[in-house]
Amino acid sequence: MTGVADTISRVHREEWARVVAGLTRRFGDLDLAEEMAAEAFAVAVERWATDGTPPNPGGWITTTANRRAIDRLRRESRRDDKQKEARMLYDDRPSEPAGVIDDDRLRLVFTCCHPALAMEARIALTLRMVGGLTVPEIARAFLVPESTVGQRITRAKGKIRTANISYRVPSSEDLPARASGVLAVLYLVFNEGYLTSNPEKEAVRSDLTLEAIRLTRLIQALLPSDGEVVGLLALMLLTEARRAARASAAGELVTLGEQDRGAWDTGLIAEGHALVRSRLVAVSAGHGRAGRYQILAAINAVHTSARDVRDTDWSQVVTLYDQLSAIDPSPVVALNRAVAIAELDGPEVALALVAPLDLDSYHAYHATRADLLRRLGRSAEAHAAYTSAIELAGNTAEVAYLTRRRDQLGAP
Amino acid sequence: MTQYLMSVYGPAERTEFGNYPSQEAMDEAMADTSAFNVRLQEEGYWVFANGLGQATTATVVDGQGREPVLTDGPYLESKEHIGGFWIIEAPDLDVALKLAAEGSRACRGKVEVRAFAGA
Repeated sequence: MTGVADTISRVHREEWARVVAGLTRRFGDLDLAEEMAAEAFAVAVERWATDGTPPNPGGWITTTANRRAIDRLRRESRRDDKQKEARMLYDDRPSEPAGVIDDDRLRLVFTCCHPALAMEARIALTLRMVGGLTVPEIARAFLVPESTVGQRITRAKGKIRTANISYRVPSSEDLPARASGVLAVLYLVFNEGYLTSNPEKEAVRSDLTLEAIRLTRLIQALLPSDGEVVGLLALMLLTEARRAARASAAGELVTLGEQDRGAWDTGLIAEGHALVRSRLVAVSAGHGRAGRYQILAAINAVHTSARDVRDTDWSQVVTLYDQLSAIDPSPVVALNRAVAIAELDGPEVALALVAPLDLDSYHAYHATRADLLRRLGRSAEAHAAYTSAIELAGNTAEVAYLTRRRDQLGAP
Repeated sequence: MTQYLMSVYGPAERTEFGNYPSQEAMDEAMADTSAFNVRLQEEGYWVFANGLGQATTATVVDGQGREPVLTDGPYLESKEHIGGFWIIEAPDLDVALKLAAEGSRACRGKVEVRAFAGA
C-alpha cells in the first residue's frame, strides 16, 4: 500500500505538468485539462492499489486523462456542441513548430505567467497547473482563504479563454522578456518561502522554497541556453543551502555572519558553485551577459566559499554589487552594496551611502542603519532604527533577532 | 481570430485642442493615429475605429418602461470617459497587446484591450 502511495506521489510530482500541458494543447482548455488530470490521478489511487502499478505510470495517467476528457466532451457535444466533437476527433494536432523550443510544459509555463495576468494570479496558476499543488495547499502556503485562491485561478483561466491568451512559447524576439517574467514568478515563490512576510508563519517555508527550486530546474531543463535561468537556480540553491543555519533553535533569525557554516548543505553549495562557474565560463566566452540573477548567484557563491565569515572576499562582493548597480540602479541594490562596503571600508563610510536612500518603508533599510549605528556606538539612534525595523518586519524570526539586538543596547 | 475592443480614455471635459496641450501636439497625434489606422487596414487587423464626441454630449436612454426615459450626459459620472476606440481582429492577445502599444503611442493615451465575448 505504501508502495503504491509513494509511486503515485512520485508520478504526480514528475508527470503532472506534462499531463496538464499535453491535455491543454490537445483540447485547448485549461479547465478541462486540470480536471481530467486530477481525475486520472484519483483513478490511479484506486486501480493501482488492486491491479498493481502499471509498467509506464506516466503513460497510464496520460491515456486515462485523455480518455476521460474525450468522454466528457462527447457527453457535452451530444447536448450542445457538435463542433467540439469534430475538433476533438480530427484536430489531434502535433505541436506546432512555431516556438523556439517545443515542449508542451513550456507553453503551459508561459501561459500561466502571461504578463496580462496579475502577479498573484500568475503565482497561483503556476503552482496549480505546473506545480500540481492543490488549491488548499496554495492557500496554506500564502495564508489566504481557499476561496481567494480558487477565485484567482478561476478568474485567470477565464481571462486566458476570453482574451485568447495563446498557448505557445513566445517568439524568439519576445522570449528573453517573457522568460524573465517566468523567473520573476518563481523567485517570488522562493522568497515567500525563504523569508515569509507573514508573521503567523514559521521563518522558512521549505515547501515553497523546494517547489520553486523544482520548477526552476524544470525551466532550466527546458531553456538550457538561458543564462539567467541557470543564475536563478544557482541563487536558489546557494540560498537554500543555508536554510538549516538561518534560524536558531529559539526561532530567531541568524545573520549570515553569525551562522554555523558547518550546518550548511555542502551538496547544494557544490551544485550552486558549479552552475555559477559554468556561467562565468560562458559569459567570458561571449555567450550572453551576466544578468541580475547570475550576479546575485555569484555574490552568494562568494559568501558560501568562505569557511569563516572573516575569510569572505568582500572586495569581490563589492565588485559584483557594482556590476549589479550598473544594470539595476535601485536603492535596494545600493543598500546591499553598502552592507559589503561596511566590511571593506567601515561602518561610517557605509552609513553615508545608506543615509540618502529613499527606502523609508523597507524594514531592511532600518535594520541596516541600526546595525551600522550600533557599530559606531550611536546607541540612541540605533535603538530608534531597530524600532522602525521591528515595526516593518513581518517575519517572526527576524522580529525576534531585531528585538534582541535592540534590547542589548539598553534603554534609549 | 478574436475581435478586440481597444478603447482610449480621456478627461470628460476637453480643452480647445481635444486632450492635447497645443494645436501642434493635437495635429501630430492625429497624423500618427491616421498612419497607425492605415497600417491596421493594410495588415488586415482593422474592423472599425473612430473618435467620439465629448462625453457631455451623450444621452442615456432607458427604454424598459412604457415611455423611454432620457437623461442628459454619460451613463457613469466619471472624470475620465472613453474618447475613441478601435475594433480589431487578431490571432491572439499577444498580437492585440502589441497593436495596442502602438496605438497608445500614436494617440498619446492609455489603451484598454478587451476581447469580445463571442469570439
